[in-house]
Amino acid sequence: MNAAPEVVFRASALTKTYRMGEVSVPALRGIDLELRAGELVVLLGPSGSGKSTLLNILGGLDTPTSGEVFYLDHQLTAASEAELTLFRRDHVGFVFQFYNLIPSLTARENVAVVTEIARAPMRPEDALALVGLADRLDHFPAQLSGGEQQRVAIARAIAKNPAVLLCDEPTGALDAQTGVVVLEALEKVNRELGTLTVLITHNAIIAGMANRVIRLSGGCIVDIQDNANPRAARELSW
Amino acid sequence: MSVLDRKLLRDLWHMRGQALAIAAVIMGGVATLVMSLSTYDSLVTTRDRFYRDYRFAEAFADLKRAPEPVAERLRELPGVDRLETRVAAGARLEVPGFADPVTGLLLSLPDRGDAELNRLHLKRGRMVEPYSEDEAILSDTLAEGHGIDPGDTLSVIVNGKRKTLTVVGIAVSPEYVYQIAPGALFPDFKRYGVLWMRRSALAAAYDMEGAFNNVALTLVRGADLREVIARVDAVLARYGGTGAYARRDQFSNRFLSEELNQLQTTATIFPAIFLGVAAFLLNVVLSRLIALQREQIAVLKAFGYTNGAIGWHFVKLVMLIVVLGVAAGAGLGAWFGHGLANIYTETSFRFPWLDYRLDARVVVFALAVAGVAAIAGTLFAVFKAARLTQAEGMRSETPTVYHATVVERIGLAALLSSPSRMIARHIERHPAKSLLTVLGVACACGLMMVGNYQSDAIHYMVDVHFRQAAREDLALTFTEPTSGKALHELAALPGVDHVEGFRDVPAILRFRNYSYRSAVYGILPQGQLHRSLDRALKPVKVPAGGVVLTDYLADEILHVKPGDRITVEVLEGRRQVLEVPVLGITKQYFGVSAYMQKDSLNALLREGDVVSGAYLALKPGNEDAVYALLHERPRVLGMVANASAVRSFYATLGEFILFYNTVATLLAAAIGFGVVYNSARVALSERGRELASLRVLGLTRGEVAYILLGELAVLTLAAIPLGMLVGIGLIWILVLALNGELYRLPLTLTPANYALGASVVLVSALLSGLLVWRKLGRLDLVGVLKTRE
Repeated sequence: MNAAPEVVFRASALTKTYRMGEVSVPALRGIDLELRAGELVVLLGPSGSGKSTLLNILGGLDTPTSGEVFYLDHQLTAASEAELTLFRRDHVGFVFQFYNLIPSLTARENVAVVTEIARAPMRPEDALALVGLADRLDHFPAQLSGGEQQRVAIARAIAKNPAVLLCDEPTGALDAQTGVVVLEALEKVNRELGTLTVLITHNAIIAGMANRVIRLSGGCIVDIQDNANPRAARELSW
Repeated sequence: MSVLDRKLLRDLWHMRGQALAIAAVIMGGVATLVMSLSTYDSLVTTRDRFYRDYRFAEAFADLKRAPEPVAERLRELPGVDRLETRVAAGARLEVPGFADPVTGLLLSLPDRGDAELNRLHLKRGRMVEPYSEDEAILSDTLAEGHGIDPGDTLSVIVNGKRKTLTVVGIAVSPEYVYQIAPGALFPDFKRYGVLWMRRSALAAAYDMEGAFNNVALTLVRGADLREVIARVDAVLARYGGTGAYARRDQFSNRFLSEELNQLQTTATIFPAIFLGVAAFLLNVVLSRLIALQREQIAVLKAFGYTNGAIGWHFVKLVMLIVVLGVAAGAGLGAWFGHGLANIYTETSFRFPWLDYRLDARVVVFALAVAGVAAIAGTLFAVFKAARLTQAEGMRSETPTVYHATVVERIGLAALLSSPSRMIARHIERHPAKSLLTVLGVACACGLMMVGNYQSDAIHYMVDVHFRQAAREDLALTFTEPTSGKALHELAALPGVDHVEGFRDVPAILRFRNYSYRSAVYGILPQGQLHRSLDRALKPVKVPAGGVVLTDYLADEILHVKPGDRITVEVLEGRRQVLEVPVLGITKQYFGVSAYMQKDSLNALLREGDVVSGAYLALKPGNEDAVYALLHERPRVLGMVANASAVRSFYATLGEFILFYNTVATLLAAAIGFGVVYNSARVALSERGRELASLRVLGLTRGEVAYILLGELAVLTLAAIPLGMLVGIGLIWILVLALNGELYRLPLTLTPANYALGASVVLVSALLSGLLVWRKLGRLDLVGVLKTRE
């Protein structure tokens, strides 16, 4: 092995407390973490463990109560709302559990919505080809299956050539067979483009395909597992 | 309180901005209704009580002169209850420090006590002393116009003699609720007034001792008005009677009734338009708002609530908003109505008091209209949502099928960015929703134009009347028909530029079973000052040998066409009954009249060159000098100066119209804003998730706003031309409905009015855009990752 890949995200002493009236609910309690370029990381944990909160903070959608997050040498925790928007626009790809495609745009256009504002995007057609949808370019979301819609969402997320791909339960709304196809697309993107991919799931089987598995519970990291030989997504089943 | 009710209150609080905007729409409609109807009700109630309590006579007669014993014969006529004889004398008044001509009417009171009929309501001061020779009571309009108080003196010129009177009281009379100088178009508080004196004193001044020239009477219950009038006429014919007439034809009452009729129409049409539009908007806005609750409805159904229970739940929510709007509208309407009725009584109709009356039924009616519209919209949306099975309802809505839009299919796709394509497809995919939004905004624009229309119309009417038809500076009437030679004298006066004589006779015009009591005006065929206008408002020559009628008189009252022959019953002198052909129609916005060539009228009356008065053009700057010269002429009875007539109009009736106008405009603006804001807010709710997703993907707030507000902008811009059409249509309805004897409104559409309609919509859209922009800043980006709908 050469020198360790560059650190993309560095979080230290990260806490997040939600205030609900008079009650404060701690979501993260002191997270220290480094995520490196090209890794496929799975955040595993039951609901309420803080994994989504962590992902949102990394993606610039939320800010921690205390602690610091660095993206390369940019301190996200010191960034303004506008800077965070720019950060998301240039460096982060999101994949949502419920796809969140724009129903009035075709697959190609759903991707173009992002590439039109990105700095050095790939062509929407290429992004869609990468996820195996080269023949569905001009279909509207209503004309696509759930798995296909999610792959459009992945294409949309990666088309801008982001440094990091953040996926929140990308297979949560899909059956196992379709889920695997979607995971294959993510795996391919991670391998071919070398995009740091962070995937949230509560499905332990999916952890099999990760380079690293980070387990959260009660807002703390309870375990980090390196996986020298990740399994291919194709081999997973649940 | 049930949990559902608590949810309801919280939901309401959550959407308070929208709820207020919807309430504003209802308020606008209801306030217009309450204001208009309560003003009408109040004036009618006030009039009826005033007429009753102050014994307004039921019939009247004017005559040249009859000895007092004739009164006994009149009293004995079957059907006559009370009868009072009076002396009435035209006069000129001299108000110190006021150069303009002031015309007056002197009326007798019995030598002791108050009149039996048409009694006075003293507002200030006291009654005239019995048999007083030099005390008088003055009508409150002139007193107000000049600040005359009890104790002040006033000179009157009656029968060519000057007499100085002391004003001891200021009063209003049911007979002169609406005071207008003979020949004038509008009331003028500075230039016309009525004075009441003791009978002996007035008779002495007017050479009427032991005689009378005016009769007022009431009828016994069940008597036939027409028969009584005919009997009175028969008795008075040989004393120079000019035809007895009913209360209906009494000048002040006729104007008052006609004005109240038009107000009633306004009070029906205007609120019908406002409330109708508000109800429509309410329906649209609420059904969209409720449609957003789709998931909640499914969940409630899953829990086992019936469709009826769910419908009731939302109806309660909506009715809270409706009740709020109706309450605000009723309060505001009552306030405006009070103001409006007061302006009415201050500017045109002089009542001693105002019985302000807000009929509870009006409010109940408003509540019913708004309630039905709201409930219909709500239930429609609730049942549409409830028709889905629970599972369907709770599942995320199947993505709507979109297609490439027409714009793209015709090859303009390259011109559109993805956000623009989203706008285009969203509009095209939801044609009904887009259309309703456009219609709603268009209605708001149209309302705005209606609200503002009236003042444009008034300016136009005044302009046409005084610049095209009645162009004289001064119209003067002689005490009695006079030889045309008098015109030479007038023309020779320094300061007088041009003189045209006219002849007018009171007459009843009849055609088949239609009749109208009016006057026939004989004017010069090619007069420069007083002209007759054709339907295109071009001056036309009045042809010889027949009459030309005002369009409304011909079309709506007498139902005659050019070529028909009408009967003219002259009510003066020999009282001929003549058959005269109708030769033409003239366009006139104010009042109705019949015109002939002066020579033809003279010939018909078998008289020589006789004039009743003259139209004068004055050399600029000489007005006061001419007034002074004319003032000294004993045969000049009254003068009306046009420039001051227009000024007084704008100071009086104009004030009322402007008030109505301002209020209507404000309410239309409230409705407009309510609609546009709600459209924007509902669109935001419907698409919030989509927009939040885009924000997460890195689109800036501006880029996301473009998608939402771009659509609003497209719809708003589309609505403006449509709104102008709606405005024209609504104004057209108003013009047709307000067609009356007093005035007819022209279909005036000024660029300023179009601009106002458009700008209210645009300003509302901008404000709504700003508010939505703020909301966009608070989109829940994290929530969108987790939630489905």
